[in-house]
Formats: sequence, structure tokens, C-alpha cells
Amino acid sequence: MSIGQTFLGLLEASPRHGYELKRVYDERFGQGRPLHYGQVYSTLARLLKSGLVEVDGVEPGAGPERKRYAITAAGVTDVARWLAQPEKPDTYLQNTLYAKVVLGLLTGRDAADILDVQRAEHLRLMRALTRRKADGDLADQLICDFALFHLEADLRWLELTAARLDQLAATLRVPAPHPDRSTP
Amino acid sequence: MTSPTPADDRPLLSAVDLHKAYGSTPALDGATLHLRAGEIVAVMGASGSGKSTLLHCLAGIVPPDAGQVHYRDRELSAMSDAERSALRRTEFGFVFQFGQLVPELSCLENVALPLRLGGTRRRVAEQRAAEWLGRLEVTEVAGHRPGEVSGGQGQRVAVARALVTAPRVLFADEPTGALDSLNGEQVMRLLTEAARHTGAAVVLVTHEPRVAAYADREIVVRDGRTRETVLAER
Repeated sequence: MSIGQTFLGLLEASPRHGYELKRVYDERFGQGRPLHYGQVYSTLARLLKSGLVEVDGVEPGAGPERKRYAITAAGVTDVARWLAQPEKPDTYLQNTLYAKVVLGLLTGRDAADILDVQRAEHLRLMRALTRRKADGDLADQLICDFALFHLEADLRWLELTAARLDQLAATLRVPAPHPDRSTP
Repeated sequence: MTSPTPADDRPLLSAVDLHKAYGSTPALDGATLHLRAGEIVAVMGASGSGKSTLLHCLAGIVPPDAGQVHYRDRELSAMSDAERSALRRTEFGFVFQFGQLVPELSCLENVALPLRLGGTRRRVAEQRAAEWLGRLEVTEVAGHRPGEVSGGQGQRVAVARALVTAPRVLFADEPTGALDSLNGEQVMRLLTEAARHTGAAVVLVTHEPRVAAYADREIVVRDGRTRETVLAER
């Protein structure tokens, strides 16, 4: 996620001190990975230099963290452009799990085991997120739902692949992993 | 209201090496499942994997061709039909994908029905039914018939009806299968909260991972065989 543009969005809502920006960012978007103060001030320095933010006031006797920042007209234009621009969807074509399944088949291991172990791991995380949702507010629920839908997509792929292992083995010219089972 | 006995770790309901075929089509081919009191187990698998057949065997709705199902200390196949019916009425609750409410009765009367069939007086039965509609957050539909409520409301009424008799085991077969994501989430949240409140164990058949994530653990059924992939975390 672009920290700079997120800061711009927060500053468009209202001018803030650096420490306040960090607090709001961590609370809304950090998800357990808070920003370092170094990141906060280097980002603000860059935005200042580009003319996207300006110092709106300095409190008496203050160090650098007591400066209040406000967005400029150029900053508003920049954040508007960023918000309007779609995020590039991931293609997910570099897939470690697929590689593991292929290598499992090529080396004569049980590829279904690889998929089952992964399914269990995915569901373990999904249960944890579902519990977090139950205890959380709407923001927590939306963040967790985003993760849950993505994990569910992975699991659908795992199921589909499990049903196609015999076909995949045939294309790799290795013996079918389940010779007693007909290919669906 | 019944509660699980924490010291008793024996399964409440057990199925061991079940086999079942419909004609020449095998549905179960060595399925095993142990359900402890108060736990929620998701039974997952693709369409046609045998997961609904497993539920039907566990609930004594269809007999397995081979293998055994025990509820507490009794084997289901050793019971008479009348005993199995009584077990399903008093100890088990059921929620299906749809079509389980009596269309001619109001939602309140639907929830009160299992109690009325068990001999509870109307006034008491309807008072308890109203409490359950409140717990499932559908008080406003009490006087409506099932055809007049939304799919999500109807499923919540069905959950209330399944739990009003405080069953030891709730069988839920794709309970959110006909609902959109948001309504499905609501039904699952309320179903699991209500089951935990009463101490009912739940067998939750689903092909949806997000629904299975409400359970304590999952059993995967593939080609009629079960594969427990995760131990209970509780």
C-alpha cells in the first residue's frame, strides 16, 4: 500500500501532526504492522518536497514532531487520481503451491497429501479470522472478510486440483497417484 | 437445557467405517467420524462426495450397509424405528438448505411445533418459541408465514425451530446454501452462537470454506471416505 498517498488522503480529511498521522494509519490500516517513525517523517519530507503537503503550523517549543501538516491543491489532485485509478489485479501466475504439486507428482510423493496439508493450514487461518470477526467491529469484519474471500479462492483451487491430480499426472507422464480411482 | 460434561471425553456420536451404496453407486466407502459433546464439526467435500449421506447415516435417517453408528452407548441400527424417531425428535435438531418450515403455520407456530409435538402446552411452547426468535434476531417475523419472509429470515426461523427443544446434536446440511454472503454470515454467526449457548454439538455439512471456518475442526469427505485433517483446537 502506498503510505504517501494514504497520508495524503488522511490529510485531506483534516490537517494533522506527524505522530497523529502515524496513530490513525496504524489504527485503520496497520493490522498489527505499525509504521516506524522513520517511515512517517521520511514520507512527510518527500511529500513536502513534492509540494503535495505543507506545514500548516508549528507549536511553540516543538521538535519536528510538533509540526502540523496540511494537504495542498496539488496533493488533492494527486490523491484524487490515485483513488480513481484501479489497483492492478494480481495475476497469481507464480504459484508455489502449483510447483509443489507438480514436484510431488514428479518425485512420486502423494500430491493429495500436499493439498490436504495446505487445506488444513488455510482453514486454521480462516477459523482464526472468523473468530476475530466475531469479536471485532465493522472495520475488523471488512478487513477479515477480504482475507477470508481470498483464502476461500485458494481453497477452491485446492479442491479443483485434488480432483484433477490424475489428469495432471498423465500430462506430466508419471503414473497416476490414485490408480484405483477413476478420473472425475 | 443440557451441557457437555467436560470430564467426559468419549464421543457423543460416532460413526465407524460406514459403507453405503444407492444401487450400484457407492456413496460412502469407509467413512468415520467422532463427535464430542458441544463441538462443531464441519463436514466438507465436493458435490457427490458423500457428505450428506454421512449426515443422514449419523442422524439415523438412512441405515448404512455396513459399519456402525453409536449415539452415546447405543447403536442406532439396534434401535426400533420408533426409538430412532424419538431420538431424532428429542435429542437431534435439523436445519436444511430450504423447505423445512410448514407453509401454513406462522413462524412462531413453526418454532413452537416441535415442543407442541412433544406435549408442551401451547402457551408455554409459544413463549419459548418467541424467546428463540428473539435470540435469532427475527422477532419481527413471528406472525408471518414462511412464504412472507426473506431467505435469511426463514433460515434463522429454521435454526430457532431446530434448537428450541435443546437437542444434544444439531445437524445442519448446507444451511446457507441458498443465501447470499451477508445473510449466510448472519445465519452462521447466530447458529454457532446459539448452539454454543445451549451446548449442542453441531454436524455442519458444507462445501463452502467460509462456512466451515465457523466450526472447531473439519472432516473432509472424498469419494465416500473421510479424512480428518485437523485436530480440535479447543
